[in-house]
Amino acid sequence: MARLESAREPLGVCAPSSASAIPATTVTSRHSALVRVTHWITTLCFLALLVSGAEIVISHPRFYWGETGNVLTPVLFKIPIPSSRALVPTGYGYVMPDQNGWSRYLHFQAAWVALLTGLLYLLSILFTGHLRKNLLPRKADLSWRVFSSSIADHLRFKRPTAAEAWSYNPLQRLAYLFVIFVLFPLVIWTGLAMSPAFVSAFPLAVTSLGGQQSARTIHFFVSVALVLFLLVHVVMVFLAGFWARMRAMITGRAANAPMERT
Amino acid sequence: MTNLSRRKLLTTGLAGVAGLGVAARLAQKYGLVPPDHAGIYGPGETLTYAAQRLLTSHSLAREFSPSQISKPPLANEMAPPSDAFKRLQAAGFIDWRLSIDGMVDRPATFSLAQLKSYPSRSQITMVQCEEGWSYIAEWIGVPLHHILDGVGVQPHARYIVYFSIQPDWWDSIDMADALHPQTFLAYGMNGADLPVGNGGPLRMRVPRQLGYKSVKFITHLTVTDSLKSFGKGLGSASPEGGYAWYAGI
Repeated sequence: MARLESAREPLGVCAPSSASAIPATTVTSRHSALVRVTHWITTLCFLALLVSGAEIVISHPRFYWGETGNVLTPVLFKIPIPSSRALVPTGYGYVMPDQNGWSRYLHFQAAWVALLTGLLYLLSILFTGHLRKNLLPRKADLSWRVFSSSIADHLRFKRPTAAEAWSYNPLQRLAYLFVIFVLFPLVIWTGLAMSPAFVSAFPLAVTSLGGQQSARTIHFFVSVALVLFLLVHVVMVFLAGFWARMRAMITGRAANAPMERT
Repeated sequence: MTNLSRRKLLTTGLAGVAGLGVAARLAQKYGLVPPDHAGIYGPGETLTYAAQRLLTSHSLAREFSPSQISKPPLANEMAPPSDAFKRLQAAGFIDWRLSIDGMVDRPATFSLAQLKSYPSRSQITMVQCEEGWSYIAEWIGVPLHHILDGVGVQPHARYIVYFSIQPDWWDSIDMADALHPQTFLAYGMNGADLPVGNGGPLRMRVPRQLGYKSVKFITHLTVTDSLKSFGKGLGSASPEGGYAWYAGI
């Protein structure tokens, strides 16, 4: 093997092991260290928030609109699951074990870590140009033709070419922007709008949503939207090549560096 | 990773740790550390409590119009009343007493009639349960700060611990909440006596926190500068049952 034969060479002068391999010095990372670290911290936080959030919903799987709602008031909709409280008439003959204590502790702890990680990420994408270069749609892509062909590619489950795997496609950019700048802020806002202490200082945070129970209901739907994003995201990773994408997001390395990076 | 960025990372990390140490000392000094700050969920709890104390020290809980009062106000499920409660209830709560001791100049005991003889206040605020449901009611009572002023709280006091007549039901609040104008010892609701189902004859109302801080059937208050000697030292029965001490969420 070429690598073994060149072992006597000084370190750093690494000969490529085959014609197709890229010399180590020119391998640029697919994802920066900051993007990778914040990605996985956010992943862990989201899963913690999801599990604990579901656990909190189980204690009262009914949703309302307006300021107040309880088992004596009309319901907007209910989730047909048993509850961890005997107070809730679910139609099931049993009460689930109470898991709300640790769920609430975990929910807020994960929310803090996610928030601080998100702020770090936001600052970094602003200052490194990642937002402008890789997330905002390219000028050339701001046409219906580009979007319709991107949508068609997705619907046909077309795998990206090697070069395409080095940048985000137009739909992907829109999806990420929507999650970063719409869903995450909305889920934080509706979460804070449920806090009696927070809204005592900032009442508009809850009145503008139509009330505390409305905030809870919107919080639920935004969480559902985030779960849908997660599912599509994971499916896309599988379609694009699970191990290659995982390696890129863990080590930063990806095979086939593009000739020209955008 | 180059040597330069590694060095940068190390100095940043060290500065961060030193910063955290200073922050922790400052937080302790200014009362921004909750009694349940230990354990794996301590950092999140401390951040929440500190952030909300800085943001909401003097803010008022939202009040509502009479038309928004929930009809009927939900009485949450609860443990069967104790024998002590049933005896007092049978006599129409004539012998219900609220005692106050601890770091006060004049420890005192009040009957319901005495509490009702003080200037009464009312507020229409929301009870929000940690489970997700809520209701709005008019609460009538005497602001806790009025009673505390009367007994003379000593300057080093930091917490008010309050106890229900029901066993193992107690909680505590810091002075920011204890002296807050909307923190009530409530004995009335929606223009009438406070129903037993809603905590009558006497209930703590802390409208800037979740419902579980508004402990029902209050008979005893203690003013203290440390929560260490109460229960397991976590500040209330809630953390002992796995729930956060601070519930402003």
